[in-house]
Amino acid sequence: MEKDLKKVAYYPGCALEGTGYAYNKSTKAVAKELGLGLVELKNWNCCGAMEVKNIDPKIQTYLSARNLSIAEDMGFDTVMAPCNGCYHNLKKAEYDLTHDDKSVEVNTRLSNKAGHKTYEAGKVETIHALDWLKRAVGDEEISRRVKKSLKGIKVANYYGCMYTRPRHIFPEKDQGPGSESSSNPHFMDDILAAAGAENVSFPLKTACCGGAHTLSDSDTSTKLVLNILTAAEAAGADVIATECPTCHTGLEMHQVRAEKEFGKKTNVKILQFTQLLGLALGLSSRKVGAHENFSDARDFIKEKGLG
Amino acid sequence: MSRTPLSIAEVEAACDALDALPDAELATNAAARAVELLAMGEDVVAAWIAARGAEPTNAEVEGFRLLALHRQGAKGVPSFNACRETCRELVYHHNLVAGDPVAPESAQRLRMATMITRHLALFIGGKLVVEGLGDFCCSSRPIRQADVAAPEAMEN
Repeated sequence: MEKDLKKVAYYPGCALEGTGYAYNKSTKAVAKELGLGLVELKNWNCCGAMEVKNIDPKIQTYLSARNLSIAEDMGFDTVMAPCNGCYHNLKKAEYDLTHDDKSVEVNTRLSNKAGHKTYEAGKVETIHALDWLKRAVGDEEISRRVKKSLKGIKVANYYGCMYTRPRHIFPEKDQGPGSESSSNPHFMDDILAAAGAENVSFPLKTACCGGAHTLSDSDTSTKLVLNILTAAEAAGADVIATECPTCHTGLEMHQVRAEKEFGKKTNVKILQFTQLLGLALGLSSRKVGAHENFSDARDFIKEKGLG
Repeated sequence: MSRTPLSIAEVEAACDALDALPDAELATNAAARAVELLAMGEDVVAAWIAARGAEPTNAEVEGFRLLALHRQGAKGVPSFNACRETCRELVYHHNLVAGDPVAPESAQRLRMATMITRHLALFIGGKLVVEGLGDFCCSSRPIRQADVAAPEAMEN
């Protein structure tokens, strides 16, 4: 039987307090509107992001495990992480602690040293915001709650690369009907279709956005993003929906850089899926943080009668 | 007839040229274009494998050399998996066009295949220019490699 996910522990992660502020705001606004509860982890720490795990993956496992330990201490068996990087890292920690004795040993040692309870695999399930809305609410209920349909809006759903990779840390995916697919994810498509949007066929939905290249090779990142934006436009999309703060910021910033550096202008709008969903649920443009995005889509929102 | 493999830069340039074509021209001889795009994808992945000192395979996976090359390229470099679906999408779009080259959607399918191929070239080209680029990403390397440093240093 599906457990009750109406109230879950919330791990926003660092990005949602910075560049992903609007994602945080719109996620909370959508939760409130749908009568869902998010209880932020107390004194959470960095998940180990991209940098720590490349230098010492066991430290990253420990850092993520500490957050899971906090969730357990707070009495939750589920933690929701809306950032792909955080989601991925917490899932990876769960995998490490299930399959690797050395990771268990290091986690125990560091947890003892830090003076908190050691997290043991299997106690807390990590889910993404997409899983959460699909499982706690579902497409039908979302459809029922829509006040301003996204009808007529063509959306390219962009999942990025970390939501599904590596496949083995996501054992719940690829389990047949109703489960998420790691090769052709569709939860965001489903949710936005339930809100009335018309999803376009988008072959680059899990392609690399160049996030890790941003500082070391900006031109590569810009070209990767430009190709994603161009493909979305060629697919007929008015807007790209994102579900990761890093991808979102990358798309926004490199859209500007592509025009500045390469003279390539794209007009496709970029919004977090929670912003689109929030608008469909009748929330104002301000409530979903549209004015907080780097790329301004407020005219588009107004023109579509959503704001 | 044998075909001379293209460099990654040449693939990028070829994709830009194809993308600049109007639909009607792009769809001319659609089946041959689909085959060429698939071959360009193979060139890109083969370049990655060769740059790492290995001989690119001529084997096929699920009937496609591109998928076999991807599997070979990902060995020991799990972040390379970030182009797994890109390769599969290229095969899929190739098949769509090959299956019905005169379909009204052929131009659109070829345009998408062009962008997919370009993405492959940019992603792999980026990894070749800066070694290790992207190793932060999929991050599964530590999961599959046991000889990583333990964090004893942190405990001192």
